[in-house]
Amino acid sequence: MRKDRKLERRKYVIGGIVLVVACIYIVRLFSLQVLNDEYKQYADGNAFLKKTQYPSRGLIYDRNGKLLVFNQPAYDVMMIVREVRPFDTLDFCRTVGITREQFDKRMEDMKNPRLNPGYSSYTPQTFMTQLSAQDYGRLQEKLYRFPGFFIQNRMLRQYAYPVAANVLGNIREVSPRDIEKDDYYKRGDYTGDLGIERSYEPFLRGEKGVEILLRDAHGRIKGRYEDGRYDVAPVSGKNLKLSLDVELQAYGEKLMQNKIGAIVAIEPATGEILAMVSSPTYDPSMLVGRERGRNYLKLNRDPYKPLYDRALMAAYPPGSTFKPTQGLIFLSENVITENTLYPCYHGFVSGRLKVGCHGHASPLPLMPALQTSCNAFFCYGLRSMIDNRTKYKSPAEAFNIWKDYLVSMGYGYRLGVDLPGESRGFIPNSNYYNKIYGENRWSALTIISVAIGQGEVLATPLQIANLSATIANRGYYYTPHLIREIQDTTINAEFTTPKHTLIDSHYYDFIVQGMRMAVTGGTCRVGAIPGIEVCGKTGTAQNPHGKDHSAFMGFAPMDNPKIAIAVYVENAGFGATYGVPIGSLMMEMYLNRKIAPERKYLEERMLQSNTIIYSGVKKH
Amino acid sequence: MTVILYLILVFCGWVSIYAASYDFDNASIFDFAERSGKQLMWIGFSILLAFMILMVDFRVYETYAYLFYGIIILLLVVTIFLAPDIKGSRSWLVLGPVSLQPAEFAKFATALALARSFGTYGFSLKNKRDLFRVVLMILLPMALIIAQKETGSALVFASLIFMLYREGLSGLFLFYGLCAIVYFVVAVKYSGDMWGTVAAGEVLVFILILLVVAGMLWLYQRNGRAARYLLLAYLAIAAVCGILVYFGVEVNALYVCVGTTVAVAVYSLVLYFSSRSLRILTILATAIVSVAFLFSVDYAFNDVLEPHQQKRIKVALGMEEDLRGAGYNVNQSKIAIGSGGFWGKGLLNGTQTKLKYVPEQDTDFIFCTIGEEEGFWGAAGVVVLFVTLIFRVIAIGERQYSAFGRVYAYCVASILFFHLAVNVGMVIGLCPVIGIPLPFFSYGGSSLWGFTILLFVLLRIDASRTERH
Repeated sequence: MRKDRKLERRKYVIGGIVLVVACIYIVRLFSLQVLNDEYKQYADGNAFLKKTQYPSRGLIYDRNGKLLVFNQPAYDVMMIVREVRPFDTLDFCRTVGITREQFDKRMEDMKNPRLNPGYSSYTPQTFMTQLSAQDYGRLQEKLYRFPGFFIQNRMLRQYAYPVAANVLGNIREVSPRDIEKDDYYKRGDYTGDLGIERSYEPFLRGEKGVEILLRDAHGRIKGRYEDGRYDVAPVSGKNLKLSLDVELQAYGEKLMQNKIGAIVAIEPATGEILAMVSSPTYDPSMLVGRERGRNYLKLNRDPYKPLYDRALMAAYPPGSTFKPTQGLIFLSENVITENTLYPCYHGFVSGRLKVGCHGHASPLPLMPALQTSCNAFFCYGLRSMIDNRTKYKSPAEAFNIWKDYLVSMGYGYRLGVDLPGESRGFIPNSNYYNKIYGENRWSALTIISVAIGQGEVLATPLQIANLSATIANRGYYYTPHLIREIQDTTINAEFTTPKHTLIDSHYYDFIVQGMRMAVTGGTCRVGAIPGIEVCGKTGTAQNPHGKDHSAFMGFAPMDNPKIAIAVYVENAGFGATYGVPIGSLMMEMYLNRKIAPERKYLEERMLQSNTIIYSGVKKH
Repeated sequence: MTVILYLILVFCGWVSIYAASYDFDNASIFDFAERSGKQLMWIGFSILLAFMILMVDFRVYETYAYLFYGIIILLLVVTIFLAPDIKGSRSWLVLGPVSLQPAEFAKFATALALARSFGTYGFSLKNKRDLFRVVLMILLPMALIIAQKETGSALVFASLIFMLYREGLSGLFLFYGLCAIVYFVVAVKYSGDMWGTVAAGEVLVFILILLVVAGMLWLYQRNGRAARYLLLAYLAIAAVCGILVYFGVEVNALYVCVGTTVAVAVYSLVLYFSSRSLRILTILATAIVSVAFLFSVDYAFNDVLEPHQQKRIKVALGMEEDLRGAGYNVNQSKIAIGSGGFWGKGLLNGTQTKLKYVPEQDTDFIFCTIGEEEGFWGAAGVVVLFVTLIFRVIAIGERQYSAFGRVYAYCVASILFFHLAVNVGMVIGLCPVIGIPLPFFSYGGSSLWGFTILLFVLLRIDASRTERH
C-alpha cells in the first residue's frame, strides 16, 4: 500500500497538539509548585495539628522558704464523639459519680453549638472537668470499656496554708476578653485572678510548648511530625519567693477573726510586706476545682465582702495616725519647733468651732501632744500654717504645700504595691476646696479636721503602714511589695530604690520620740512589749455610719526597726482597745516568735472579741 | 525502547501507589494485603500477559479483531445488567474473587476492530458507508459505557477523532471540536454575568462565531477581501454600539449580534451565488450550527448533565469554589501538588497524600502523590515520559506498511493522549473532574491490563510489520 504523503504530514499536527497540551501542563505545574507559595501554607495548615503542651505553673514560697502554693493534678474526662462505641452508660455514670440525667444533659450541652461553638465529633471535647483523684482512679481502671473517652491531666493550684487568700489570689479559666487582650491565651487556658497570681501572671505561667502532630483529613492523629524534631518543650513558670511571713500572716488572720478591717506589716529596711491581712477572709482552696464557681458566687454575695482586700482597697479616715505627718510638716515649714507650745482647752476652740479633746496637761509641745494624741495641738498647728499670710500668699498656696508633703509620704496616690486593685486613698488639694467653698472663701478653720486625720482625708491601711515604715526609717521608704525573689530574674527596680520624703531626716527623731512616749506613758501603753522598744500611735477615726474605727500605727524596735505596722479595725471604738493590742501582738510575734506570758491575756481578749456585730451589716 | 518506557512507567506507578497508600503503621512495599502489593501482583500478571501477547502470531489480532469486539460488546451489555452498584456506576463485572472492568478492555477491542476495518481492501473514509460504519463502531461501546454511568471512560472514545483525522477526516472536524469546547466554556463561564438584560456568555460566543466566520473566509475560502469587509463592518457596528452606550442609550447586545449574524448569513449567500464556492456554504453551515449549538448549551448544561457534572465543570472553570463538596478533590490535590515545590518532599514524605487529604489518591488522583513527593521535576518528568511514549507510538504507526498497523497505533496514541490530558488536567485543576485513570500509574488491574494489552499488541504487530508486505 502506497503511503499518502499529504496525510502523513498530519502526524505533525497531532504531535503538535500533544506537545502544546504537555507544555501547558508543565507550565501550570511550574506555576503551582515553584512560583506559588500559597499552597505550601495550606498544606501545613491542613496536616499539622499543633498540640499545646502546658507548662507547670510557678510555685510560690514565703520569705522563709515555706511552700505556699503548688500544683495538684486534676483530671478532665474528654471524649471524641466519633470514636464512641456503645457502652454501659449506667456503669459510666456510677464511676464518675453523676446521674443518668446529668449525663444526657452534659452530652446535649456539649453538642449545642451555642454553648460549645468549637464542637466537632472528630476532635476531643471536654465531657467533665476536674474529676477527683478517687473517681479518676476508678475510671482509669474501667476506661477500656468506654471507647472514645479518655482522661486529660490538668494542673490546679493547691494551698499549703488556708491563709493569705487576698494576697495569693487564685487562677481561673481565661475569659474571651483575656484572649482578646493577650494572644498567648487560648480557650481553656488558666490565668491568674486576683493577688500575686494575677500580678505575676507572666512569670508564673511559663511558656507553652507545642507538639506537632500529623492529622489526616478526618482529624485523626497519625503520629508525630519528624519524630518531634520541631516540637517545642514547655518552659515551667518561674517560682516566686514572697516577702510574706506565712506564720505572721496566719497569726494576724487569727487575731482579726470576727472583726472587719486590715493589718499591714512592712519591713522598713526593704519595704517588704511581712503580713497583709484583710478580714473577713476565706480559705484560698475554696476557689479551686469544681466548686470554684459556686464558692466565688457565695463570696461575692457575702455582705462582709471577703473578696474585698481592705488592706489596700479600702480608704479609711486615718484619724490620729495622721498626726505624725502634721507634726513633720509643721516642723519642716518652721510653723513650730519641737518646743512650741499650744494650749488645749479640752479641745481646740475658735469662735463657735470646737474640736474636742480629752484631759491632759496644757499647754504642751509636740512630743507630749503625740503621746497624748492632743487634737488641739495639731489644729493650732494647721491654723498657724494655713493662715500664715506672711509666708504664704493664700490659704490655697499653703494648703498645696501641705498636700505635697503628704504626697511625698505616700498619701493620695497609689503606692504601687505589686497587687491589683490598690486604692489611692484621698488627699484633697486647694482646687478641691475651691470647688466646694469657692476661691478664697475657705481658711484653716474651714478644713481644720484634716489636721487630725478626719474630714476629707482618706488612706488605705497599706499607706498608713507605709507611713509607719517611713517614720521608722527616719524619712524614706521603699515601695511596699510582696515579691522577694523571682527565679532567674531580678525584681522590679522600683522596689529597691528608696523614696525620700520632702522632710529632713532629723525632724523624724522628734516624731519617733513622741511615738515612743505614747507607748511608755501615753495612749499606746497597752502595746508595751517587755524587752522591746515599741513606738506607736493610736487612731480613733470618727465614722458617720456607726461606731468609731480603731486604728494603730507603730514600729519596733525604736532603733534599727524590724517591723512597721498598721492596724485598722472597723467599728471597734478607741484605737487603744483593738488597734494597739493587735498591732503590738503582731510585732511581738514577729520579733520574738512568741507572746510573753504577761501579754497572753491580751491575745486571748483579741481572739475572743467580736466587733463585727457593730458593723451594722446583717448577714442574711 | 517502548518496552523500556513501559517498564519505567509501570515501576514509577507501582512506587507511587505504595507511596499513596502508605500508612505510618505498615512499611512493606511487598505486603499483599496492601495496594502496592496487589499492584505488584497485577504488574506480574501484566508482564506475563505481555509475553503471551508477544508469543501469539500477529495475524491472530487482525483475524479475530471483530470477534474480540463482539465479545467485548456482549460483555458491556451483560455488565449493565449484572454489575453491582459501586459508587453510582455499574461497570464492574464480579467473577468470584476477581472484578473486571470491561470498559478498560473495550478500548483495545475497538481499536483493533477499527484497524481491521481500515485495513480492509478498498476502505475509504470518503465513502459514506465506510465512514458511517466507523462512527458506529466508535459510538456503540461509548453508548454502552455511558449506560454503565462511566461517562469518563466513554469520553475516551471521542479521542479517536485524532486517528480519524490522520486517516483523512477533514481538519475542519478537529477545528469544530475545538470551537465547540471554546464556545461551551465561554458560554457557561460567563452565563452568570449580565450585560444589560442579556447574558454576557451568549454575546461573547456570538462575537466569537462572527470572528470565526471571518477567519474561515480568510483562511479556508481564501477570500481575504470579503474577510476584511466583514471585520470592518464588525468594527463599525461595535463603534456605533459603543457611542450609543456612551450617550446612555440602552443597547441589547444580543439583538445586535443576532442582527449582525443574519446580515453575515445574507452576505455569505450573496458571495455563494457570485462564486458558487461550496466552501462558502460550509462556512454558512458552520455559523448556523454554531448558533444552534450556542442556544443548546444552556439546555444541555442544565438538563442533560447531572448536577455533580455541572458542579465539576463550574469548579474547573473557577466559577465555584465549593471546597467542601465538588471542589474538595481538586483543591486538595492542588494543595498537595503545590506543596511539593521544585524537588518535592521526598518519597514517602508527602504529608497531604499520606494523610488522605486527597481522595482517590492511588487511583485517579495518583498524580498528586508524584507532584507532592517528587516535586516539579518528578511531575514534569512523568508528563515528558508520556509524551515520549505517545511520540514513540506515533512513530511506530508511521513506519507500518499496513493501514491496520497504522490505524491501531494511532488509536493507541489517541487513547493514551486523552487519558494523560484529562487525568493530569483535572488533578492540576485545568479540566473538570472526569474519573479516568492515569495509564500505568493508577491502581487497578483492569486499567493496567487494558493498557498493557493495548501497547503490547501494537509491539507485536510492529515486530511483524515486514512479514506480509
